[in-house]
Amino acid sequence: MAAHRCGFLPPLFILCALSVLTVTWTQETIPLGSHRAAAADSKPTDTKSVAQTTEQLAVEQRQWEATEVEEATSAAAAVSKQDNSSPEDVVQTSTPKPKDEFQEELVVRPLHSGDIYASFQFRTLWQTDFTRERKVSHYGLFPKSLGQVISKFSVRELHISFTQGYWRTMQWGQPFLSSPPGAELWVWFQDTVTDVDGTWKELANVLSGIFCASLNFIDSTNTVQPTASFKPLGIGNVTDHRFLRYATLPREIVCTENLTPWKKLLPCGTKAGLAVLLKSEKLFHSSFYSQAVHIRPVCQDWQCKTASWELRQTLNVVFDLHNSGQGKREWSLFKMFSRTLTEACPLASTSKIYIDVTDNPEGEQFELSPATALLSQAVVLGDRRTFSVYDLTQQITFGTVRSLNVLMRWKSSEGDMLRPLLHAERYVAGYGLQTGEIHTLMYNNHPYRSFPVLLLDSVPWYLRMYIHTLTVTSKGKDNKPSYIHYQPSKDRVRPHLLEMLVQLPPNSVTEVTVEFERALLKWTEYTPDPNHGFYVGSSVISSLVPSLVALDTNSTWQRPLFSTFFPCKEESSYFVRVYTEPLLVNLPTPDFSMPYNVICLTCTVVAVGYGSLYNLLTRTFQIEEPSPGLAKRP
Amino acid sequence: HTAGCFITDNVGQFFSSGHTNNWAVLVCTSRFWFNYRHVANTLSVYRSVKRLGIPDSHIVLMLADDMACNHRNPKPATVFSHKNMELNVYGDDVEVDYRGYEVTVENFLRVLTGRLPPSTPRSKRLLSDDRSNILIYLTGHGGNGFLKFQDSEEISNVELADAFEQMWQKRRYNELLFIIDTCQGASMYERFYSPNLMALASSQVGEDSLSHQPDVGIGVHLMDRYTFYLLEFLEDIHPASKTCMNDLFKVCPKSQCVSTPGHRTDLFLRDPGSVLVTDFFGSVRKVEITMDSINLTSVVSHRKEEPAANGELQKEVYSYSDQLPVSEIIHQKPKQRDWHPPDGFILGLWTLILLVFFQTYGIKHLKHIF
Repeated sequence: MAAHRCGFLPPLFILCALSVLTVTWTQETIPLGSHRAAAADSKPTDTKSVAQTTEQLAVEQRQWEATEVEEATSAAAAVSKQDNSSPEDVVQTSTPKPKDEFQEELVVRPLHSGDIYASFQFRTLWQTDFTRERKVSHYGLFPKSLGQVISKFSVRELHISFTQGYWRTMQWGQPFLSSPPGAELWVWFQDTVTDVDGTWKELANVLSGIFCASLNFIDSTNTVQPTASFKPLGIGNVTDHRFLRYATLPREIVCTENLTPWKKLLPCGTKAGLAVLLKSEKLFHSSFYSQAVHIRPVCQDWQCKTASWELRQTLNVVFDLHNSGQGKREWSLFKMFSRTLTEACPLASTSKIYIDVTDNPEGEQFELSPATALLSQAVVLGDRRTFSVYDLTQQITFGTVRSLNVLMRWKSSEGDMLRPLLHAERYVAGYGLQTGEIHTLMYNNHPYRSFPVLLLDSVPWYLRMYIHTLTVTSKGKDNKPSYIHYQPSKDRVRPHLLEMLVQLPPNSVTEVTVEFERALLKWTEYTPDPNHGFYVGSSVISSLVPSLVALDTNSTWQRPLFSTFFPCKEESSYFVRVYTEPLLVNLPTPDFSMPYNVICLTCTVVAVGYGSLYNLLTRTFQIEEPSPGLAKRP
Repeated sequence: HTAGCFITDNVGQFFSSGHTNNWAVLVCTSRFWFNYRHVANTLSVYRSVKRLGIPDSHIVLMLADDMACNHRNPKPATVFSHKNMELNVYGDDVEVDYRGYEVTVENFLRVLTGRLPPSTPRSKRLLSDDRSNILIYLTGHGGNGFLKFQDSEEISNVELADAFEQMWQKRRYNELLFIIDTCQGASMYERFYSPNLMALASSQVGEDSLSHQPDVGIGVHLMDRYTFYLLEFLEDIHPASKTCMNDLFKVCPKSQCVSTPGHRTDLFLRDPGSVLVTDFFGSVRKVEITMDSINLTSVVSHRKEEPAANGELQKEVYSYSDQLPVSEIIHQKPKQRDWHPPDGFILGLWTLILLVFFQTYGIKHLKHIF
């Protein structure tokens, strides 16, 4: 026996040494960034590899914490990384910047009417050098479908939004980001694009596939090229409006099939973080729902010498007090979304909830639980607001029950809402199916300041506008716009475009009226339900509104996401975009109902045919002597 | 359930169908709120087909109207199939490819035959090949020989048969199962003439398909009878089930459906008793085991970044654009319009004027002008 064991021992040692060597050799060739390989390797057969797997697990854990740590180790190991590439020749400073960054936040603002406004913002930053035209093949947190769209169609900026409902400015104040009912798409292309219209049509088709919407109805009959509105929101030094296209589809329906692909663009999906709250049954049972995707280039740092792509996904929803709140003024995350939060998204660098408590400094209006010590102030929409902050990356926020359900209970409801400074309405006047008038009203509620607004109107070709009847009046007097651009429509080719720069006097209503005539469409051009009416897209009013507090024009770092969307160039006013209601007009519609036509035709044929026949058969002609006259009478 | 089935050897059955992928085209052709049941029909088939394994990328779902987020729906983002709101067939993960006004006869035929404009996205295409089994489900209002699309146009049975023949000639399907739930549905499959087609209909010519129960809370009929019992039948099927087509033909007899469901299998090459329900409703992937070795070439080449002249950073500083540059807008030059050669009308008008001029004054006066 002993002899046998001795015989076995040397080969056994050789085998052990060989296995150790092979394991260490495979260790070194695994790139550090791939945890798949690390998982596959976890098959310890002897003590050496057991030690190595614990080391691998430690590396894996380190990967989830923060990307800076991974940078330091990978720079040391000098292996290729899995994240999308970026010039590795950048001077290796002591703390290299992360490659992709993801931030999420939720802002909850109680509205004066008892409703509650929740706004989700998800931001993914993708640091890639897009000045060099090359194919990107590595995608980290940035979704591949949108990355391919940007590179294939040479898009500089893309803004698309889907909205259901209309934002009631007078009752709810101003939203952080407004959007018109239906679908809206506006895109700035790079200046290397030669055929902008063809690229625009293809881009609309591709986006219709990504978002499950009928965006393929965007064509030249509802696309306009604004000349002064919709300046780019990202960085860039050239603004040639030939590369801008804008279109809206006011008829577009938003439902779960649009939310599903939108949620799939998020890095964590709906598994972790704030996106677990997005349940369609609650979100669509609301007064206002809007989801949007904004892609633009932004400054990478305060020096702004390099750019990175920013993808912002925003979701705004207003829950009604009576529909979702059952009449009781008490709101919580569970009541609004039927879910509570259990963790932040592990890929997010910041994950926060902001509750607007500006009207509640001492807690006299409503009571907020669980209590949080974090308070933050931000200047948003020209006003300094105070927020209670819940930081989801801290374990302590979830407490002992490991779930966070923010609850607000109202005790008293008093106080007035601050009237919004800019507000707009639009309606159709007139009667009958021949002519009409479009009235647009713009309210300036500031007591002593006047400010300029840029009105963009895009009216479909089947409402023939008579621009010579255009009047702009404020306070009863004529108000001449300082800039007018009008492009007339062409039947079945392009719509009307009217852009005006109007100065609104303080505390006044400015009314813009224009008359139109309704066209008769060809019978194949009617929709299957023509008696519903035809939609006219919302007007867009862009304006620089005076703000109540001084704004910070310097850097946008360390500021919450909802306050950094519009770039701020001057201190005393902020930029805001207001949308009016879409219009629904009836066009003269033939009666498509089959039995009515058949009855008419049959009755006509019968009347004409039978009547003639009857006359022919029964009418007899008699010769009659002319009467002698009165004189001959005796 | 296997009574009446032709039970063959398991391995033989595994490879007997000859298809490698599954597609489904589910169409609801009716608009307006009172046709809620047609959308619920289509969504319940969609739900079954997804549950049995066909992914969204292989399903083309066409809904002519939106019921879930319709303003008349008391429970938004839901479509129910059973009364008392038991089963929400709309769910949370639904992708509708064609919706609203896009559901037209032309788009439906283009999807089937594959003749779509080049910029159509992948999710709207039927990318089937000659080894695909396709399930086509149509529901709506129909008559003898036609199916109504959105109350404004119709597709006839001849057009449908011709579309299938185009698909056959372009090798776009291996086997095709066609299910239709409309009034007089059997008339739609009378004219088929391409091989490998199997068809089911909810009623014969001259009969009406009836709807199932209404829901008092929602106020409309929720489902049609045939699809309701079809859904109940499919709920018992799981991806590994061995139920065959003969059982599917027995779904909804006259006692339950009031109309007589019909089917047609004469064009189908295999015996319907040996065809599994999951051949069309599920997506069982066939795996071919090979013992050969394959050389893998590296697809992604890790490009070495050429250093942008170390130390040379970007020269220009970027900045954000001014959102409302008032002075710039006021002093904006008007856009230079491109010069176009005169239109045909203008040319014709001038030709006419010149002709009349020379007619009246004669050619000899030209020398006075020049």
